[in-house]
Amino acid sequence: MRAFRSFYQNLEQQKRKKCMKFCSLNAPHTSYTAATMVKTETDNRTEKMNMVTAINDALRIALSADPTSIVFGEDVAFGGVFRCTMGLKHEFGSDRVFNFPLCEQGIVGFAIGYAAVGHTAIAEIQFADYIFPAFDQIVSEAAKYRYRSGGEFSCGKLTVRAPYGAVGHGGHYHSQSPEAYFSHTPGLKVVMPRDPIKAKGLLLASIRDDNPVIFLEPKAFYRATVAEVPLGDYIEPLERAEIVRRGNDVTIVGWGAQVKLLEKACDMANKIGISCELIDLQTILPWDARTIEQSVRKTGRLVVSHEAPKTSGFAAEIAATIQERCFLSLEAPIQRICGYDAPFPLIFEKHYLPDTLKIFEAIKKTMQF
Amino acid sequence: MLSWIKRSKSIPKQLILQRTILHSQLVTILNVDGEMVDSMSKPAMKQSAILQSYQKMICMKIMDSILYDAQRQGRISFYMTSYGEEAVSFGTAAALDAKDMVFAQYREPGVLMWRGFQYQDFADQCFGNIDGHGKGRQMPVHYGSKALNYHTISSPLATQIPHAVGAAYAFKLSKEKRIAVCYLGEGAASEGDFHAGLNAAATRDCPVLFVVRNNGYAISTPRKDQYRGDGIAPRGIGYGISFTRVDGNDLLAVYEATKRAREFSLQNNKPVILELMCYRTGHHSTSDDSTRYRPVDEISDFKECFDPLLRVKRYLIKHELWSEEQDVVLKDTERLNMLKALQIAERKRKPGLDTMFEDIYDKKPALIAEQEQEMWEHIAKYPEEYTIES
Repeated sequence: MRAFRSFYQNLEQQKRKKCMKFCSLNAPHTSYTAATMVKTETDNRTEKMNMVTAINDALRIALSADPTSIVFGEDVAFGGVFRCTMGLKHEFGSDRVFNFPLCEQGIVGFAIGYAAVGHTAIAEIQFADYIFPAFDQIVSEAAKYRYRSGGEFSCGKLTVRAPYGAVGHGGHYHSQSPEAYFSHTPGLKVVMPRDPIKAKGLLLASIRDDNPVIFLEPKAFYRATVAEVPLGDYIEPLERAEIVRRGNDVTIVGWGAQVKLLEKACDMANKIGISCELIDLQTILPWDARTIEQSVRKTGRLVVSHEAPKTSGFAAEIAATIQERCFLSLEAPIQRICGYDAPFPLIFEKHYLPDTLKIFEAIKKTMQF
Repeated sequence: MLSWIKRSKSIPKQLILQRTILHSQLVTILNVDGEMVDSMSKPAMKQSAILQSYQKMICMKIMDSILYDAQRQGRISFYMTSYGEEAVSFGTAAALDAKDMVFAQYREPGVLMWRGFQYQDFADQCFGNIDGHGKGRQMPVHYGSKALNYHTISSPLATQIPHAVGAAYAFKLSKEKRIAVCYLGEGAASEGDFHAGLNAAATRDCPVLFVVRNNGYAISTPRKDQYRGDGIAPRGIGYGISFTRVDGNDLLAVYEATKRAREFSLQNNKPVILELMCYRTGHHSTSDDSTRYRPVDEISDFKECFDPLLRVKRYLIKHELWSEEQDVVLKDTERLNMLKALQIAERKRKPGLDTMFEDIYDKKPALIAEQEQEMWEHIAKYPEEYTIES
């Protein structure tokens, strides 16, 4: 297994150049806090991994630990179009790691049935943009399976992974962030990691969680972020936001790939004397309102940012809830820095995205109010 | 070289169109008079099982008529009968193993009845009382039972088809000697999930049996507006799935076809389509008046000529396994039993209001607990306005 890991890592080195074409971001090593991490093994070793290898490692651990678990989707058998399932078919066999016919509603429907008889299904939707054909299965079936049967049946052992978000040149259908659609559905969990360490820990937690989970992976970070990822089996708890940086003047909330931009904006703000508290929401549903509430009570100001369009984006939910809970603490209107209410554009991506400068301006605006 | 390239020829001047209609054979064992079509053969279904199925078919029909009337009286909110399709439920159920996992549409409660669901269980679900499956959360007729291997019904059509395939795949991998059985109507077969499920079942070699109840109508839509091919079963050719078409009013034929299909599916890890041709003699549901879109004679003709109960009854009487007197006694007794279950279900209390917030997740998230608290505080202010109907 170890030999195999180095084999495909070498392979990746060779292909990195090619892959960078697909990833617009070339970010340095991610800083992280491992305070929330729950280790289930006493392996303290770490290894440099990007998000692809971290996810691959999580899937390998999940497949090893649970003999009923299967990994499947479109083009998964040869390693996946993003290489997240590299080597898994070879290691676990074509019954457990396999290609599914090109049909998203089938992938999720099949996974629900597999999970509903108590086995672990890890399904992949090739791009989050193509999860909508499975919307009915996710919203009407997976989310309500336990509730409608009075708790007799459940498809809790279901996890749907999908790459999401801007990638530089993804246009309409290789760039979307659909988390808000799912956030309106009781019964689902929606999880979005920001770096390789979180990706592995949150994915393992999602696979083992007894509820259907939509796990959205920031594809721009698949190869662009690298971190020292623990080699062992560990989980990062779901439903918990993480305070990435402490600060006193303004609370900044984001998730997934957006956290990286928020960090940069925080640095810029710091240079002009504004102390930002940065929170990675991590789980979009059910979300951790309390952590944000406590932060805003302290700072009195809130900026929420996501790539998805502004209207009815998840920032709206956060803004409304925090306004209800922290009305007397708020010293400025809550700022939402989001994608515009347009389909994700190709040539204007740079102008469309809620980038560091837009966030920086929002931080200044909220301070000057 | 690929085999299809080897076989290909240059395109002739006139494009040759393949035949589109197969007119698959319809398998019948008992004719309308209750006689064996092939008098030389012996039915696979044991006489005791035939008798038992017939008795259950009577029970089903009685339950349907009482619960249908209960809805008309406003005692339950909704109901769907299985009139005309009793042989589909009991013929298949009798041929399956009790551990075969059922994923049904909604017009197959007979399968549950065969497996041991009682009048009381049905009535409790329809009333949404404390003992009903699903804690009163779903509409009537959305039955389910973990103990009886029958997944909870949901309203969205055809969603259960890929579920059954996934479950069958799980059984195959864990080498459990059981199959998944998926029931659907011919209308549901037009949904995308039908295509998704069948193609997946074929490519993953899943031991799953698709039982298609082709009853002529999807609410008001007749077959001719639903498809233009030769029904549902021959679609199996396109997917590489074996299929058979059976007279769905003929209990013996349904039983035998199901039995053979199950064996084939289990032994070969392959899906099978079983299309059962029948007629929906009842309305689509209590929210439907079917005489607005189909002639009354058509309904009465089918009731007279193709009634699945009548056919079995004639067979049983011919073989002196049953009599008209026994028939009357059974109907009277079961009517009383069902009415009693209805009255008991009606008097049972509803599940506690706190259950509205349970089972959304395995554990209650903080935000949902807060909403529950808000509800309790509100109700405490206006207790008379929020009494739960019993």
